[in-house]
Amino acid sequence: MSPTTSDREAIASGRPAAAASGRPAAAASLRVVVVYPDLLGTYGDGGNALVLAKRAQWRGVAATVLEAPSDEPLPDGDVYCLGGGEDDPQARAARMLEADGTLRRAVLGGAVVLAVCAGYQILGRSFAAGDGTLRSGLGLLDVRTVRGPSRAVGEVRAEPHRGDGDGPLSVADTLSGFENHAGITVRGPDLEPLGRVVTGTGNGDGTDGVISGRIVGTYLHGPVLARNPALADLLLGWALGSSGALAPLDDERVQRLRRERLAVPAPAARSVGFLGAGFRAAARRASRFRSATGR
Amino acid sequence: MAGPGRTPPGDGTGSPAGDGHVLVRLRGAAAVGATRALNALSRRLGLGGGTVAGGRIGLVIDPSILARLARDRRVVLVSGTNGKTTTTALLARALAASGTGVVTNATGANMPAGHLASLVGGPRGAPAVLEVDEAYLGRQVAELRPEMVVLLNLSRDQLDRTNEVRMLAERWRGALESAPGVRVVANADDPLVVFGAAGRPGNLWVSAGGLGWRHDATGCPACSGRIAFATDRPGPGAAPGVSSSPPVAGGWHCTSCALARPPAHAWLETTDGRTAVAWADGRRRALQLELPGRFNQANALIAVVAAEALDVDAGDALSAVAGLSEVAGRFALRSFGPVRVRLLLAKNPAGWTELLDLVGGGDEPIVVAINARVADGRDPSWLWDVPFEVLAGRRVVASGDRASDLSVRLHYAGVEHRTVPDVGAAVGAAGGPGWGGDCADRDTRPGPDGRLPTVQFVGNYTAFHDLLGRR
Repeated sequence: MSPTTSDREAIASGRPAAAASGRPAAAASLRVVVVYPDLLGTYGDGGNALVLAKRAQWRGVAATVLEAPSDEPLPDGDVYCLGGGEDDPQARAARMLEADGTLRRAVLGGAVVLAVCAGYQILGRSFAAGDGTLRSGLGLLDVRTVRGPSRAVGEVRAEPHRGDGDGPLSVADTLSGFENHAGITVRGPDLEPLGRVVTGTGNGDGTDGVISGRIVGTYLHGPVLARNPALADLLLGWALGSSGALAPLDDERVQRLRRERLAVPAPAARSVGFLGAGFRAAARRASRFRSATGR
Repeated sequence: MAGPGRTPPGDGTGSPAGDGHVLVRLRGAAAVGATRALNALSRRLGLGGGTVAGGRIGLVIDPSILARLARDRRVVLVSGTNGKTTTTALLARALAASGTGVVTNATGANMPAGHLASLVGGPRGAPAVLEVDEAYLGRQVAELRPEMVVLLNLSRDQLDRTNEVRMLAERWRGALESAPGVRVVANADDPLVVFGAAGRPGNLWVSAGGLGWRHDATGCPACSGRIAFATDRPGPGAAPGVSSSPPVAGGWHCTSCALARPPAHAWLETTDGRTAVAWADGRRRALQLELPGRFNQANALIAVVAAEALDVDAGDALSAVAGLSEVAGRFALRSFGPVRVRLLLAKNPAGWTELLDLVGGGDEPIVVAINARVADGRDPSWLWDVPFEVLAGRRVVASGDRASDLSVRLHYAGVEHRTVPDVGAAVGAAGGPGWGGDCADRDTRPGPDGRLPTVQFVGNYTAFHDLLGRR
């Protein structure tokens, strides 16, 4: 079942979806769904769901993590977490999510989505399979992913997009994570990135990820929410429908980890930079291709 | 270039007949000499275990030297993600029981340079039992032309520098398909191994009763369908009924294609806490090991089956494996100052799941040490796949270069702990008196026997060797 064009455009353009009012007040517990851990669970990203649930619970909000294997219908949830996976399972996950339909309905209903790596790619309009052929994504994000010249592997440091006050994350919330992928992701013209890459490759054009409505996509593992509590609380705030800042938590251990990771120069800074240049060149080619084909 | 496979049978001196054989022989001798000399030098200078540097030089001098050194002896290769070093040690011991000297890479140098160092160091013609890095198996099957390959398991490990596991399984399959003469002894419980072992009729399958870690095995490697596991991980469980197949526990099949667990040649049976090896032909022998844990019973099972297939009496093999109590420091009990420490190594989620099964039941203090150096994999995200929640209430110390990553993981797991990055200091903190603070107030005074409790130290690869090297 395919969504209407207007649905697709509304979602892909990053405009807030129609019924974005947060979870129903009556819901007993915040439901955090780990989408297909059997297909998209290769890189430890399942930890993102645990981080969200714990940070809700520590603030007195009941929360449940629902592991949703690919042989069962995807359950209703308030937050959906997608992680990294291998090529064949990634393609399978995309097909099954399209057929299942729940994720698309949830996004239209205002659910929050965190999509990492392979999970990020399949939310886009298309992505490259293991053999380089293009596969259709869910089209929930206006991004396209092609295969890069080589694999981008290493620590990533990125400054939040519009961290000077206009964006949802502040300049203090430098993003930290580890990437391991071969994709170059080209954003549509109206889509804002999650961050500007200082070290590493990310999307391949000097940015990492996207924020679109209530969907965050990124290449960062770590897991990303374990290393970046401000991003975790941003998603949690959306899911809880809270207008102000969430109550602060004791993040001493997380802050120590962040200080360490952000202080360490990337072990392969030079080669990553070189690689990054290759990625940027390929990204330029990909985007020329897009304008040439009028898409 | 003529491959080693096309050289005619040797004359016993390790050099092929034909034009230029003098040159070939000289080159081989130079390679062997250089390997030995450099490794001896490296050991003397204390630069390392003396197994890799010389091997690299030797391979540069004569790239075909490995093939020639392997040609006149029986070669068995052991590969898989977890248990390679231990299974190699168990099998080497079982083969040595028949009285012959055995060449093996006991220090875990499991790539071609390490293999060369092992082969030049051992007696000519002695059988070789070599562990092989899972990514090098294909290359070494072609090079060493082994009589047998022993395949343990495949699961995620060091994803930043190695291949995703399905790719490895496919490469194994390709390598074994092009080596039809090689006998395969393999773990029937792991779908990736069964696919990788290429489904040949002569394969000997063993079953230890199911996978502890299944998260890399739920997608079918043959068709991308879904693998259905018949039961949860068993105890003695599920009545066999039929003597020609093992209990259904651990059974699995693909829901979309024909891939399924093959009938086992031998399996583990546990009744009243006693474990035995059972064979499809009706034999049953007790399995007693010094080595702890269910995963070591699985390692011993496959080693004994491989040994028997190499003409060692099964009873002799079982006796031989029983006496092994540590493997390159793993499972060893050592003292660091006043603290007794059990040294354990776990490198990846599958290994940690097995080890937490082993140490999770007790109440001894535990040090968990995590590094993320090249040999460990530089991305410790996998810590979030490990069920550290079972350690809640224990006296826990987070250690290693990446103690802070671990500390965050433990924090979200609800495990109170201290963070002491230095592994030596961490062991002291875990085992010594004076454990205060807000952590679980465990009694750390000496027990009735006057001894402090044994600290369980579980480190990943370089963290483990960091502590091992402190003595």
